[in-house]
Amino acid sequence: MSEARRARPQPTPETQHFWDGTRAGELRLQRCNACGKVYFPPRPFCPACAAREVSVFAASGKGRLYSYVIHHRPVPGFTPPYAIAVVELDEGPRLMTNIIGCPQTPEALQLDMPVEVVFEKLDDEITLPLFRPVAR
Amino acid sequence: MNPKSIAIVGAAETTRLGVIPDMSQIQLHADAALNAMADAGLKPADIDGIATAGETPVTVAHYLGLTPKWVDGTAVGGCSFMIHVRHAAAAIASGLCRTVLITHGESGRSGVGRTRNVVAPTSLAGQFEQPYGPMGPPTLFTIPVLRYMKTYGLSHEQLAMVSVVQREWAAKNPRATFKTPITVDDVLNSRMIAYPFRLLQCCLVTDGGGALIMVAAERGRDFPQKPVYILGTGESVETPMVSQMQDFTSSRAFRVAGPTAFAEAGITHQDVDHLMIYDAFAHLPIYGLEDLGFVPRGEGGAFIAERNTAPGPNLKLPLNTNGGGLSYMHSGMYGMYALQESVRQMRGTAPAQIPGAKISVCHGVGGMFAASGTIIMSNEPP
Ligand SMILES: [Zn+2]
Repeated sequence: MSEARRARPQPTPETQHFWDGTRAGELRLQRCNACGKVYFPPRPFCPACAAREVSVFAASGKGRLYSYVIHHRPVPGFTPPYAIAVVELDEGPRLMTNIIGCPQTPEALQLDMPVEVVFEKLDDEITLPLFRPVAR
Repeated sequence: MNPKSIAIVGAAETTRLGVIPDMSQIQLHADAALNAMADAGLKPADIDGIATAGETPVTVAHYLGLTPKWVDGTAVGGCSFMIHVRHAAAAIASGLCRTVLITHGESGRSGVGRTRNVVAPTSLAGQFEQPYGPMGPPTLFTIPVLRYMKTYGLSHEQLAMVSVVQREWAAKNPRATFKTPITVDDVLNSRMIAYPFRLLQCCLVTDGGGALIMVAAERGRDFPQKPVYILGTGESVETPMVSQMQDFTSSRAFRVAGPTAFAEAGITHQDVDHLMIYDAFAHLPIYGLEDLGFVPRGEGGAFIAERNTAPGPNLKLPLNTNGGGLSYMHSGMYGMYALQESVRQMRGTAPAQIPGAKISVCHGVGGMFAASGTIIMSNEPP
């Protein structure tokens, strides 16, 4: 996929720590210092209680396949069919991703199967968190 | 808003629906608006409130020659027009304006003069969804469904029946884009778009528009058409990212908008004679039936598959009687067409008219479970 590339995220001040994390091999989430809520996507305050005192921490990178579709039409940077998935992390938050390292079929992509994060470098600035099946 | 204090006195779609390459988006707004003004016997000078989405209210007001004293540009996707109805009812009730025009026009198929929604790469969706290869609603709106299927045991055949039943309603509607009957096998053998969704489980892409005119109920009988009264209204939003829905088997926005409208209307589900649920994709009527409380959680698919919403002897709850976004038309923001069908049913002029229908519930979704609006109408005078 040298010519057509997938959509590239552009970090903002509020999300920079996340993208710094993936580049360093960490999946960084945030936790509220006041109420303990773990949340995603990034923002510098707690969406549950509005506290501004929040901490960034490295998540386990482990989770389960929560839901997905298998897209059958071409999109820049992808070869159909490919799954657009949502993973539920062990820490609670869900995030969209792709599942790699397995056939992109309903048979291979079983809901609730354990997955773990894999970091895929897009360019010098952006590394994406993708996931692959893992035995547990 | 007090129930039945506001009436819809003008309602029309564009003269043509489907493929209209000779009209731009703004002209589709105008064509529908001119038809609605003719329907109500009004001129631009009579309109003092404007609400629209897709185009800005500035653009539409200028194009139509209006001088509004109330404007609403709420644009939260396809249910924006339900929310406009709600806001217009409140505005008229509080005396901000007297006669509101709500317009929709969209060159969804031909793409003439279309305004486009672009997901900025700096937005949360741009950073945390777009890099994983979604391409619009067929790949995003559908993502929660496998989780629903696993949770409640909804089958592919039941999901296919949504499309089959709506095609049966469309067959009764001369203006429907697709009228030829289809079977479950036809649906399950149609081209795969985004598993588990196949072509016949995804909405049409067409050109068209629609417009509504609203006034205080005490003026309702001053117009040529039978007035349709607003009984209850509701609205809400949840998230711009489908991956961040609280519950993949249910829409929080639906669960706020629907019950709010029922409470305002002071009705129960048994009072409802006719129902529209925005169906951009086949799972939406299932989510809608459950989140609005017509059936228990997990039973929406079986309810439709067992033909409770289909024309014929089993019919208990007429649903999407125009054929819906799956078979009637879908320009992109379908909510206006659902409202038009509810008005037709309340006027008694629908192609698939439900005899004696007195209360219609019209429920819309915006974005990918991002927003919702519910309007309940009645044809019985206050
Ligand atoms: Zn908190």
